Amino acid sequence: MAELVEELARQVPDLCKLEPFAGATAHTPNLADPEVKLHRKLCGSLQEAIEKSDLRDGMTISFHHAFREGDKVINQVVGKLAEMGFRDLTLATSSLLNCHDPLVAHLKSGVITQIYTSGLRGKVGDAISHGIMRRPVQIHSHGGRANLLQTGELKIHVAFLGVSCCDEFGNGNGSHGELNCGALGYAKVDAQYARTVVLLTPEIVPFPNHPASISQDEVDLIVHLDEVGDPKLISKGAARTTRNPRELLIASHAADVVEHSHYLRDGFSVQTGSGASSIAATQFIGEKMTAKGITASFALGGITGGIADLHAKGLIKTLIDVQSFDIDAAKSLRQSPAHIEISANEYANATSKGAYVDRVDVVILAALEIDLAFNVNVITGSDGVLRGASGGHCDVAAAANLAIVVAPLVRGRMPTVVNKVTTVITPGESIGVLVTDQGIAVNPNRPELAKRLLDAGLPMVAIEELHRRAVALTGVPEPLRFLDRIVAVIRYRDGTVIDVVRQVDERE
Amino acid sequence: MDIIKEAIAGTLESSDVLVKVLPSQDGSLTLHVQSEVIKQFGKQIRASVMQTLDALSVQAATVVVSDKGALDCIIRARVQAAVLRAAGAQEIDWSVL
Amino acid sequence: MMKLRRSMLFVPGDAAGMVSTSFVFKPDTIMFDLEDAVAPQEKDSARILVYHALRHPSYRDIETAVRINGLDSEYGLKDLEMSVRGGADIVRLPKTEKPEDIELLDQHITRIEQACGRQVGQTRVMAAIESAYGVVNAVSIARASPRMIALALAGFDYLVDMQSERSGESEPELFYARAAVLHAARAAGLDAFDVVYGDVNDMEGFLREVMIAKNLGFNGKSLIHPRQIKPLHQSYAPTPQELARARRIIQAAEKAKKEGLGVISLDGKMVDPPVVAHAELVLRRAEAV
Repeated sequence: MAELVEELARQVPDLCKLEPFAGATAHTPNLADPEVKLHRKLCGSLQEAIEKSDLRDGMTISFHHAFREGDKVINQVVGKLAEMGFRDLTLATSSLLNCHDPLVAHLKSGVITQIYTSGLRGKVGDAISHGIMRRPVQIHSHGGRANLLQTGELKIHVAFLGVSCCDEFGNGNGSHGELNCGALGYAKVDAQYARTVVLLTPEIVPFPNHPASISQDEVDLIVHLDEVGDPKLISKGAARTTRNPRELLIASHAADVVEHSHYLRDGFSVQTGSGASSIAATQFIGEKMTAKGITASFALGGITGGIADLHAKGLIKTLIDVQSFDIDAAKSLRQSPAHIEISANEYANATSKGAYVDRVDVVILAALEIDLAFNVNVITGSDGVLRGASGGHCDVAAAANLAIVVAPLVRGRMPTVVNKVTTVITPGESIGVLVTDQGIAVNPNRPELAKRLLDAGLPMVAIEELHRRAVALTGVPEPLRFLDRIVAVIRYRDGTVIDVVRQVDERE
Repeated sequence: MDIIKEAIAGTLESSDVLVKVLPSQDGSLTLHVQSEVIKQFGKQIRASVMQTLDALSVQAATVVVSDKGALDCIIRARVQAAVLRAAGAQEIDWSVL
Repeated sequence: MMKLRRSMLFVPGDAAGMVSTSFVFKPDTIMFDLEDAVAPQEKDSARILVYHALRHPSYRDIETAVRINGLDSEYGLKDLEMSVRGGADIVRLPKTEKPEDIELLDQHITRIEQACGRQVGQTRVMAAIESAYGVVNAVSIARASPRMIALALAGFDYLVDMQSERSGESEPELFYARAAVLHAARAAGLDAFDVVYGDVNDMEGFLREVMIAKNLGFNGKSLIHPRQIKPLHQSYAPTPQELARARRIIQAAEKAKKEGLGVISLDGKMVDPPVVAHAELVLRRAEAV
């Protein structure tokens, strides 16, 4: 064989790098031993998996948040890494929730020195707002994360992905098994781009497992963990439609706006968030669809039990799911052939070859604050502290035909409509309508829509008037005080910097 | 108005405020405010409470306010109720409220 | 122009959150409740809360009413002082049994209006009928004062007094009281309000009761939850045919006025003034859904 390659090289010199055949398993030693061939990915412990993953200080680790507030993966893995003496790691998660409070200790001690995430909550958000990190956190949208992975700015060395079940070769999903959470849309992208992929699961099932949201050809190592998540919190029941009369009022107005925009027609598509008014709006829209004999071609999300219910009733033909918000949605994913799972890249990446958000007619979104230019803040609270998420907000608002924001005009004593938002997540040009319990404001960049809604008799007002009403009720808030120091960078979906978050000033 | 006993008015429910009025230890007027929106409205809450106390001619008292995002008129109402209870007042002069 | 009174939303006077926000639901009338909704030890605090609400800009454009405690209680007169001085549009007297109850209330209101500089007669009154005695006296109660604008039937207390209870669907046990209150109100030119529907989760049962009341002729209903408002307004809205007919009647009336004719005719038939007034009411109910 060697002589053949030599002769080849003499005839075609630039082929001199080719190597001669040296045996069927010379370059794939895994196949040489039958035990190793089949069971090579299984690790006896999390520590073993970490050792085998070749993780070093300074590298990037990643996680997803499909287990919601029931997640136990992030705390366990980071805790073990701290124990093993790792330092200076970059934490790249699709989001962080209140259950991740224990991470604060590791931020303080320097185990984690850089974070890429869509959301920050609880003690972690609070600590970051008070300056615990040396480097600012990078806040991205769901689509934006896929973009960062593609441009190479975010390079995941080891992805630790919790799955409900997988086989010993790494075919894993979140839709089956005891502890199912539904769609693994964020994990799919990590599995595709990470150098090393470790699956953590409470249930190793016989080979071959399917459906394989994460495929064996993406997976390096597998660990069985007893505690991947809290079933009560992962498998939470669908949020019932709220009884709160203000939320119902807002939802009813939102459904009226959808009806009188010309988008409520047979074959339309919709996306709604998981907030109380959004869920109630889904219900009201469903009623209008039934009354008019209309069916939707698809709903995109963030899929809730309420949307799954409309699908089961035949009102929505297909469900496109990047994340299932509750057990009913997870069940629908498992059982309905027209309920499909997609990755974050397919969902919302501006630079993917095709994102589902581009095909959405109407989306209903929440807001913590919205300003006179319709810019939306969903990440910093009324005290300036990080406690929310960019999520898919700016992705779907930019791409959908009509983005509707629903919010009470005033929350307690805090106006929702403000002069300028504390932090811009979604630029005002992407927002079509604001629906509150005290009036509806249309973005001046949608004059035809404004006329349509006005003619339909809806309570339309200028957003300046809504602001005036809010402040008349609450009084003018003192401006929040921040230090100059930047603690978080808000990355728009295309990677550009749209805003920053500064450290809160707690001095008297 | 003289504060002769301890009294409270209001609740800790969302959008309400709990106001406690006690007789002063040293003849001064002291105000403690705790609020969910202390950064944005702390100054205004203090001003409202002090104005309300002044209108009722309260010169000596200890007032503790635990605010849950109440609007200004609610704060004034609860302060008035607590003061009247603490003063054992039976009649209200509506013109000063 | 006739004030539409379909929805009268009860708001517990002691609930800061609800008092702060109930105006967003835009009922025809807001009824701040100082009576059954408020515990005895909180009546003083609730009274002050309602005073501030009455004077708040948010409630300026909505008709406001206060359900005071009975004048025979230690609270009633204080509630009344607050309500008149606070600018309430209507005072609701609970458990009205005889015309003298209204006369006494009228005298007190006049005294307070004079004392605080409010235009005498501006504060209106509605009587809640909550007992057998009240029902049989409804006619004279309705006429007891020029301040009277409405009678309301309060079903729960009335049935207790009658030693009866709600039976469900056809409810003959409320029939006489409803008819009596309605007749008394009509004879005196007042509005009439039907009973509260307590099960806020049973929207179907609520709507059935609304239709019964509407068909009998009740102007509106006492409501205890904002989510009952829109369905009630929709139920009172005319059908397209009723609306079309009402429009034609109004057009005929305007035509007759323009031509200086004393008699209005439509489709060859005479149209009396009460018919025109009803057509105007129908139009208003359609516009204000």
